[in-house]
Amino acid sequence: MKLAAALIALLALAFVPSLVGPYPLGLMIGILGYGILATAWALFSGPTRYISLATVAFFGLGAYTVAVLSETLPYPLVLLAAAAIGLVVALLVGLATLRLAGIYFVIFTFGLTELVRQLVTYYEVNVTRTLGRYVFLPFGPEHIYWQLLALLAATLAIAFWVRQSKIGLALRVIGDDPVVASHLGIRITRAKLTLFSISAVIMTLAGAIQAPRWTYIEPSIVFNPTTSFLVVIMALLGGPNRLFGPLLGAIPLFLLFEWLSANFPNHYSIILGLLFIAIVFVLPNGVLAAVDSVRARLTRKEASA
Amino acid sequence: MLSSAILTGLVLGGTYALVAMGLTLQYGVARIMNLAYGDIVIAASFAAFVLFSALGINPLLGMLLILPLGFALNWLIYAILLQPLARRSRDRGRLEGDSILATFGLLFVIQGVALVIFGSGFQSYNFLAVPVNILGTIVAANRLLALVLAVAFAIGLFVLLTRTRFGTVIRAVAANPASAPLVGVNVDSVARFAFALGGALAAAGGVVISMYLTFSATMGVVFTMKALIVVIMGGVGNLMGALAAGLILGLVETLVSTYIDPGLTLAATYLIFLAVLVVRPQGLFGKATS
Amino acid sequence: MTNLSRRTVMQGLGVGAMATALAGLPVFAQDRTAIRIGYAISKTGANAAGAGITTTPNYLLWVDDVNKAGGIKLSKLGVTLPLEVTEYDDRSAAEETVRAIERLATQDNVDLILPTWGTGANLAAGPTFDRFGYPQLAATAVTDMAPQLAARWKHSFWMLGGGHDYANALVELLVKQRDAGTINNKVAIASVADGFGIDLSKAATPAFTEAGFELVYDKTYPLGTSDFAPIINEVSGLGADTFVAFSYPPDTFALTQQAVVADFSPKVFYLGVGTAFPIYPGIAGPNHNGVMGVGGIDPDSEAVAAYFERHIALNGQAPDSWASAITYASLEMLQQAIERVGDIDREAISAELSSGEFDTIIGKVKLVDNQLRSLWTVGQWQDGKFVGLAHTERDGSRDPVVPKPDWVPAT
Repeated sequence: MKLAAALIALLALAFVPSLVGPYPLGLMIGILGYGILATAWALFSGPTRYISLATVAFFGLGAYTVAVLSETLPYPLVLLAAAAIGLVVALLVGLATLRLAGIYFVIFTFGLTELVRQLVTYYEVNVTRTLGRYVFLPFGPEHIYWQLLALLAATLAIAFWVRQSKIGLALRVIGDDPVVASHLGIRITRAKLTLFSISAVIMTLAGAIQAPRWTYIEPSIVFNPTTSFLVVIMALLGGPNRLFGPLLGAIPLFLLFEWLSANFPNHYSIILGLLFIAIVFVLPNGVLAAVDSVRARLTRKEASA
Repeated sequence: MLSSAILTGLVLGGTYALVAMGLTLQYGVARIMNLAYGDIVIAASFAAFVLFSALGINPLLGMLLILPLGFALNWLIYAILLQPLARRSRDRGRLEGDSILATFGLLFVIQGVALVIFGSGFQSYNFLAVPVNILGTIVAANRLLALVLAVAFAIGLFVLLTRTRFGTVIRAVAANPASAPLVGVNVDSVARFAFALGGALAAAGGVVISMYLTFSATMGVVFTMKALIVVIMGGVGNLMGALAAGLILGLVETLVSTYIDPGLTLAATYLIFLAVLVVRPQGLFGKATS
Repeated sequence: MTNLSRRTVMQGLGVGAMATALAGLPVFAQDRTAIRIGYAISKTGANAAGAGITTTPNYLLWVDDVNKAGGIKLSKLGVTLPLEVTEYDDRSAAEETVRAIERLATQDNVDLILPTWGTGANLAAGPTFDRFGYPQLAATAVTDMAPQLAARWKHSFWMLGGGHDYANALVELLVKQRDAGTINNKVAIASVADGFGIDLSKAATPAFTEAGFELVYDKTYPLGTSDFAPIINEVSGLGADTFVAFSYPPDTFALTQQAVVADFSPKVFYLGVGTAFPIYPGIAGPNHNGVMGVGGIDPDSEAVAAYFERHIALNGQAPDSWASAITYASLEMLQQAIERVGDIDREAISAELSSGEFDTIIGKVKLVDNQLRSLWTVGQWQDGKFVGLAHTERDGSRDPVVPKPDWVPAT
């Protein structure tokens, strides 16, 4: 029943490009992009409570892979290569961060992103003697939209599966009680690495798919640390431990950014900042939790009536 | 050549350590991961710039005004914005998430106000840009000042924390905020004081770097991230650790620039940072979590 | 007010959709009250500082100038209309830039779109401008790819040349100095590892070598480097009379301060972006005199002098002496192209921009293959002005002062 509803929703969303103009389609692409990143982020960070700022490292690697390989390889192979690169880097990072916790993990992942950006820049400058790269692929916005939609569906399916499976349970132990987790040993380690890698590969693909939209790729465009922060904020806002939480955090925030930058281009920062502060105070447990508590209050009223 | 590179590196490291000093106090004692830290630094830079260029006030004298202002502002920020969050959160993870969101908002507010007042352009002025000859190496006096201040703050606060009763109280809160009240410590007021003191240190950093670095309203995040790297590498809450980490990063940057390739300086500093954490997950001077 | 209520009524009747469908048809004069200009510019993020100096003030100035003069005449419609602006913040992100243009073109249905600041952002915006058929006057993009890009996107116009233009002009100028015996054969180069620095150093390195110069130092440094003491210390011992840095604004200022502190005063001191900024003399103090850099203006041009005055009066800050005047000139071209076409017909306006000749503050301008090829390439601070020493098409406005005056030590 639920599966049927999900499939119908997916099918309906696939027709969006033929129904709306370029700007709403652009909005949908942006929402899908952030929705995927936030969901993928929460896949690992939700249960473990490890806040990762490495999102844009994988995102940027994906975009760069497309920029470098799109002229020499057929597109599906390029995506495969991007996924493989994301996987290898994720495994390396995963192994390096096994002993880290809390704020140390957060800043490690940030430092790692900057290191990747520095190395890509150094390679481009000294080996290829060029910095920007051009991606001329025959994709319109609708093609990017469909690919992102498919990726989001896959991400949600994986997230759904993880929640049901043993691996998800194992990870929640890490978040809830690190001491117990450390006694469980090797199984936990494997679960952690697996989920971190899956999450990273999805982020890499999200970057790879969106690269053709900008035509021009350079490190400062694709390794923009703001992206990592926004993804964290979106997932935290929606509630990282719910299946649709990150996505439902991404949608309103994305639209809010858009609305503010359009209507208050000169006071965007101030208003956005005040809203953030207000959100922390008004919705302490994320949007979905607030919806739940409202719903609970309503049912209680009904029951008493 | 080598001695010159080492000296230049230590001077640069002084800047890194100075900028990080306040953050390690804020995070170590008040447990606030303050993403708006760099914007406080920039705000102080703007204040020094205005005092200097509009009123002709020497930034060193300006510090007498800006430091107390930084203290007061951060005291208010903690009291109004962060204390309610600290009170309502039962565990540390919860406060971490809340403080990330709230200070992320604060970052935008401070940046937005600076944009409205000063616009988005670059600001820069020269002060104390005079050469100082140390053992045959020429360094800029203003950069040397950053190193001297960083060392002075680190030692001064170290003494304060380890040799005074008040320091013991602060360390008790840093070590265990849950049980500190059992021995009669007012956690709220200690955390507020530490946060405000950290803010004053941030302001000191902002004033000093404004003498030689170009800044703009949108550059705060650069300083936040640099400070976080230094704080984490040194070990959270450890002032000597922050000093050591800052100096190491400065040394690495300068040595790589001189002997390997200036193109790899930042890559090398991040690499050192990551390597330290892989070997010592709690930072250079941090205590291992049980 | 009447405008607002009419719009509300139209939306209320659901005519909005129909109006969009009819947008392709000629618009009747009585339907128009203004020419609607849209732009998304970086007001926050990494590009905000550059945009705030070079791009935004010129957009404001142009709109102010046009509206004070009564507007732009649309002869085919028989009206003169003022400009009306819709502005967004692209937050220095390529994705936002692209979406903002989609929004301006299809949602707001503005008549013309002005581009954002910076090379990367303009390249990223290219296909979107092209898709909707809006002319793109890229006045702050430096790229050697300009000929190919102009051929690919027919509505794009590249106004600031490529790395080769600036690098070759610098080398040519230095060859003359060397042959006259004023400087020696040694050159040291430091470049920022980002688009602009790499573009220029890639062109300059072979050009210097071919001209017989010895490159005693040729390295890059990463974006965000804050301390240049190691580089200056090393370079100062190499005996080069010429120091060249293809740098970005914060580096440009820091390099100057460090060179003065270390008393490294080469005969030619050349810096990249930021040298032409109005705040440079303030930062460098008396030492700005004789510093060379990218760009330049004609100090004898009355049009440029008047432009500087209007810019200061409106924005409270002087324009920079490189891309600012070109940005303003690109807007003048746009205005004249609209008036000649006499209607908001973007296809015809683009055609006129590519083939017409225009009167601007930088003189008569005619594009070659959609590119502005008449550019000041090397400038030098002389008597408080950043004067053009080399130009792609004409003689320099002043002779270079080499060696530059020795640094005045700070007290």
